[in-house]
Amino acid sequence: MVAHRSLTQIFAVPLVIAIVSTVGLISALVGDGWWDAVSWVALGLPVLLYLLFIWRRRPN
Amino acid sequence: MTATTKSLRRWGAVHKWTSLICTLFMLLLCITGLPLIFHDEIDDLLHSQVKPAEAPAGTPPANLDHLLANALARAPGRVPHFLIWDRDEPGAVWVSVGPTIDADPTNNLLVRMDTHTGAYLDSPDVTGRFTYIMLKLHTDMFAGLPGKLFLGLMGILFCVAIISGIVVYAPSMRKLRFGAYRAQRRRVVRWLDVHNLAGILLVAWTLVVGFTGVINTWADLVLKMWQFGQLAEMTAQYKDRPVPTKLTSLNGAVEVARHAVPGMTPSFVAFPGTLFSSKSHYAVFLHGDTPLTSRLLKPALIDAETGTLTDSRDMPWYVSTLYVSQPLHFGDYGGMPLKIVWALLDILTIFILVTGVYLWMRRRKAGVSVERAIANAASIDNPALTS
Repeated sequence: MVAHRSLTQIFAVPLVIAIVSTVGLISALVGDGWWDAVSWVALGLPVLLYLLFIWRRRPN
Repeated sequence: MTATTKSLRRWGAVHKWTSLICTLFMLLLCITGLPLIFHDEIDDLLHSQVKPAEAPAGTPPANLDHLLANALARAPGRVPHFLIWDRDEPGAVWVSVGPTIDADPTNNLLVRMDTHTGAYLDSPDVTGRFTYIMLKLHTDMFAGLPGKLFLGLMGILFCVAIISGIVVYAPSMRKLRFGAYRAQRRRVVRWLDVHNLAGILLVAWTLVVGFTGVINTWADLVLKMWQFGQLAEMTAQYKDRPVPTKLTSLNGAVEVARHAVPGMTPSFVAFPGTLFSSKSHYAVFLHGDTPLTSRLLKPALIDAETGTLTDSRDMPWYVSTLYVSQPLHFGDYGGMPLKIVWALLDILTIFILVTGVYLWMRRRKAGVSVERAIANAASIDNPALTS
């Protein structure tokens, strides 16, 4: 538990992730090769973070 | 009650109702969409195809008139509607034939031909395939245009649910760090955390895939708009001309189109009298060669009586929007790794839907609605809900 958080605190990380996802969505449209790789990483990030947060706090 | 609380309650109600109405259909779409991401691979696995002859690089393509004649010989009594170059297999060309020129093309027979020899390969009946059934369930639930538009409406509700979800995420997270997962708590708390975490992580992706899906449901309408708009404009001078009795060379028409639009590659040809052309023209649609421009088609209209170019224009914005929205919905524009990421995101979306329904049922039973939970942000720690 933490003290009451402000809207900025609540939405800072989600905003960054949304921007990264959008970059990923557009990148593979623009080109091939590296552009595709940027997409994989940027859109893979939400999946990775999900697994990270769930597994880190999983009960034994 | 403060104005903020009141407005949050309203957002909570919007989130609850838009979600509840669309959830069942979104589940159907997520589940049928999952195999569709890999439809090429599944088709290759389940169905064998005749392979085109090995052609060394630089082999010229067969004359299209010859290829077309060979295709029609395999489909006696039918007329060609479209000639389509296979996007993934450069050795194959498809000829779509129907009983008459104005028959519904969705029931057409597809004849697969060898690009380089012009020989017949096969004409698979795709309608019995697993991927076809998934596609029909996914696009219109076997209910035609009304089914499509209905799913589009569900997609709009889904987008509203996502946006209202962002708003109600705030009161839910007032006392929690980003990514909080209270593993030691009861299921209702854990699933609330899963719902919040997956929901907020996937916001951009679900919004884009949801909204581009909605745009795709309007494809038939967009085509009609183009037909009565730009296409009618381009062929206005032909409106009262009789339909040509004998068509000029198809191969010649494609050559004229290639020269008229340098740097672009033919994607498909619509024969005179089909939805994509006028009664007097071959419409040759060409595409560019980057991932983006390969989706944007440019038609060149070739007079089917004289074989000369009538007009070629870029498609209007509403058609381009539709074409660009397709890869963003399908996830087929960044190789196999992107498809896999797409599938994982799809599975997480299923988690969001299932946990959402569960939370609604539990809260209803406990008499704690989303709105009330928001009005009293501490109610997620309500003893009725948590241990």
